[in-house]
Amino acid sequence: MPEAAGRLHFARELGLTRILGLAAITTAFGLSIYGLIAAVLGARLQRANLVRSARAAAYANAGLLAAANVAMIYALVTHDFSVGYVAQVGSRASPLWVTIVSLWSALEGSILFWGLVLSAYTAVATWLTRDRLGAMGTYATATMLAVSAFFYLLLVGPANPFGRVFPVPIDGPGPNPLLQNHILMAVHPPLLYLGYVGMTVPFAFAIGAMLAGRLDDVWIRETRRWTVTAWMFLSLAIMAGMWWSYEVLGWGGYWAWDPVENASFMPWLTATAFLHSVMVQERRGMLRMWNLTLITSTFLLTILGTFLTRSGVISSVHAFSEGPIGIYFLVFISIILLVSLVLLTGRSSELKSEARIDAPMSRETVFLLNNLVFTVFTFTVLLGTLFPLVAEAVRGVKVSVGAPFFNRMTVPLCAMLLFLVGVGPVLPWRAADMQQLKKKLVVPGAAFLIAAVLGFAAGARNAYALLAFGFAAFALVCNLEEYVIGVRARRRAHGESLLSATGRLFAANNRRYGGYLAHIGLIMVAVGITASSTFRHEREATLTPGETFQSGKYTIRFEELWARDEPQRFSVGAEVSVFIRDRQVGTLHPKLNYYRGRDEPVPTPAVRSRLDRDLYLNLLAFQRDGSNATFTILVEPMVFWIWAGGFVVALGALLGVLPMRRRATINPMRKPAAEPAGV
Amino acid sequence: MKKNRTILIAGLLLIAGGFGYLLYGGIGENLVYFLEPSELLSQGETAYGEPVRLGGQVVAGTVKWDAEAIDLRFTLTDGKEQVEVHSKKAPPQMFREGQGVVVEGKLNRSGVFESHNLMVKHSNEYQPPHDMKDPRDSYQNLIRSESD
Repeated sequence: MPEAAGRLHFARELGLTRILGLAAITTAFGLSIYGLIAAVLGARLQRANLVRSARAAAYANAGLLAAANVAMIYALVTHDFSVGYVAQVGSRASPLWVTIVSLWSALEGSILFWGLVLSAYTAVATWLTRDRLGAMGTYATATMLAVSAFFYLLLVGPANPFGRVFPVPIDGPGPNPLLQNHILMAVHPPLLYLGYVGMTVPFAFAIGAMLAGRLDDVWIRETRRWTVTAWMFLSLAIMAGMWWSYEVLGWGGYWAWDPVENASFMPWLTATAFLHSVMVQERRGMLRMWNLTLITSTFLLTILGTFLTRSGVISSVHAFSEGPIGIYFLVFISIILLVSLVLLTGRSSELKSEARIDAPMSRETVFLLNNLVFTVFTFTVLLGTLFPLVAEAVRGVKVSVGAPFFNRMTVPLCAMLLFLVGVGPVLPWRAADMQQLKKKLVVPGAAFLIAAVLGFAAGARNAYALLAFGFAAFALVCNLEEYVIGVRARRRAHGESLLSATGRLFAANNRRYGGYLAHIGLIMVAVGITASSTFRHEREATLTPGETFQSGKYTIRFEELWARDEPQRFSVGAEVSVFIRDRQVGTLHPKLNYYRGRDEPVPTPAVRSRLDRDLYLNLLAFQRDGSNATFTILVEPMVFWIWAGGFVVALGALLGVLPMRRRATINPMRKPAAEPAGV
Repeated sequence: MKKNRTILIAGLLLIAGGFGYLLYGGIGENLVYFLEPSELLSQGETAYGEPVRLGGQVVAGTVKWDAEAIDLRFTLTDGKEQVEVHSKKAPPQMFREGQGVVVEGKLNRSGVFESHNLMVKHSNEYQPPHDMKDPRDSYQNLIRSESD
């Protein structure tokens, strides 16, 4: 179709895609500034039409950012190398999915995508709360627009993806090979952004609450679904990142305390603390100041995380992009910090607790300890992450904080958290009846002992590993016990079948039982991490074709090398047969991929994943003539449980936010009925 | 009530203080310095046994790789000083003479750097292939005629 091609060519000459994208982000920047001013004035002067126009700006931004993202994807897919970002990450040889995913493979595109997610959150949160929350809602919209203005400023300024390239290159280098080497890169960044950016909503309402002086728990109740949803995405994102690391980097691990991993983990820690401490405020009117501090910290940590990953200040395997935007982030972080501190200290006299803790053995105490551990945890990770930066700036030495520091500090904290995951659900609010508590803890206590003994029998000698197995079993039984008690109470009271009692128990109190399900997912992750790191067995071997090697119950036989030429890469792989007791159970193909224009190969390890253990093969090196190949051979137990646990965590969170319709048959008396007998 | 609160605050302070102490000690013990061979050797006695990351170039003609025993020896230089490196791990496929590498490990008493991790230095930027031929040509012989 020469005519269509001619038209396309003409449009490209004019740079229509670029112009459309530029117009969209520039207008969005202007509208966010306008909306911010209009919202603040509207709330101050009580002018409804100003407030409405601010909301309209928020809605319009969602459309504009959608248009800008569509324009960029169009430019990527049509290989329009006159667009700066396409020239930077595009390549004619890339498969279509890689081309589309390139949207978030480098700085400018990620900020563009971030802007889309932020504008969508802002529009929907504004729409859902319009005309209901008065000044608080308006100030929340203003806050979200202020955050948007910062990101749109990056887009029109230092991170503009729509820059003009002349002369137009014929082809581009394609995205970083590490990113195009696994399909999880299509999944992990969007999840991370949905989680990161989602934290803006509760933060905005916290600021709105302080500005409007509505310091009760309305802002918490209004944003609970947003917080849990963002937390769910962040949890999934962290897990997808671990999985990617396991599937691509070839070292058989999933967590290295890399600064960029820490950057995603810190807001998760504070957000998890927040999810628990808001319950204390809702139930008892305590911790009001603390909750505002926690959500502000969470938001700040998401921005800090983006700063660390995107400014290139910390050289790390993940720091894929570098640019001049560091200073913008530092100024933005300082502004948020200042505003939040002024607001918090200004309102501190109005944020006194309505109640005190009645007894040390109560759920309040557990939540308090939970928050203490999470805070210390966050602080530890923050210190270890930032220390090299400070050392380099102050003392001029290049230094890194080794993984042993993080492990030594955080493993005891993890063990404590596992214990709290168990006792939290068991302890009632206010004060526990000691007799009943003892009764409830008998079975979990026995589970602790059994698991620790089993761990010892399996060969674990590390005290923390044994503690972790023990507490995991303890916590699992504690959380299951709550289901059992609830189901039993329902069956007694309503004569329901086991299945319908379980279903209705969840429906009647989805938040609570969703939370317990998330606990169980977390326990699965903890067991997976403990088992795989304790019983990990790593060997390296150079094998000639036909030679076998034994590791644990597996025998592997290197058959031969092969190579494959693909448009965007050239792969060299090894065919390896896997045997368990002389019976062949499969064939694995670990390989090395050579991407166009980069001479460092990217490995694709081959993993045989089973419920009990993974066999993980990585091709390290080979002889050109195929006469031998060197492998890493890893046997790691229970890695599968980490991924499965991550999904269970997300499922629990999802259950907690689903709008459950309370059935008419259920006793409408809220609190007493939802609490089964004995709690 | 007042007493409970005091006990609580005292307890929290005690825990925070104890943890702060642990943090301080922990980070000091686990700092890994990034050095070049001349910087490492200029430390004299104190260099022995300290975990460091050593960065430099692989000296041409010094690589001894025993694939059967998984035993690698080579010399690392920063242009001023040289350090012999020993590793019981296989080198990555990218490893070759003249290549910039970073090794993690410790200098032992006999002056050999015992490495437990070897990383090839690379940049994220696009580079046209220079010191190596296109893998399409180098490994052409490995392409199977039948599909796999």
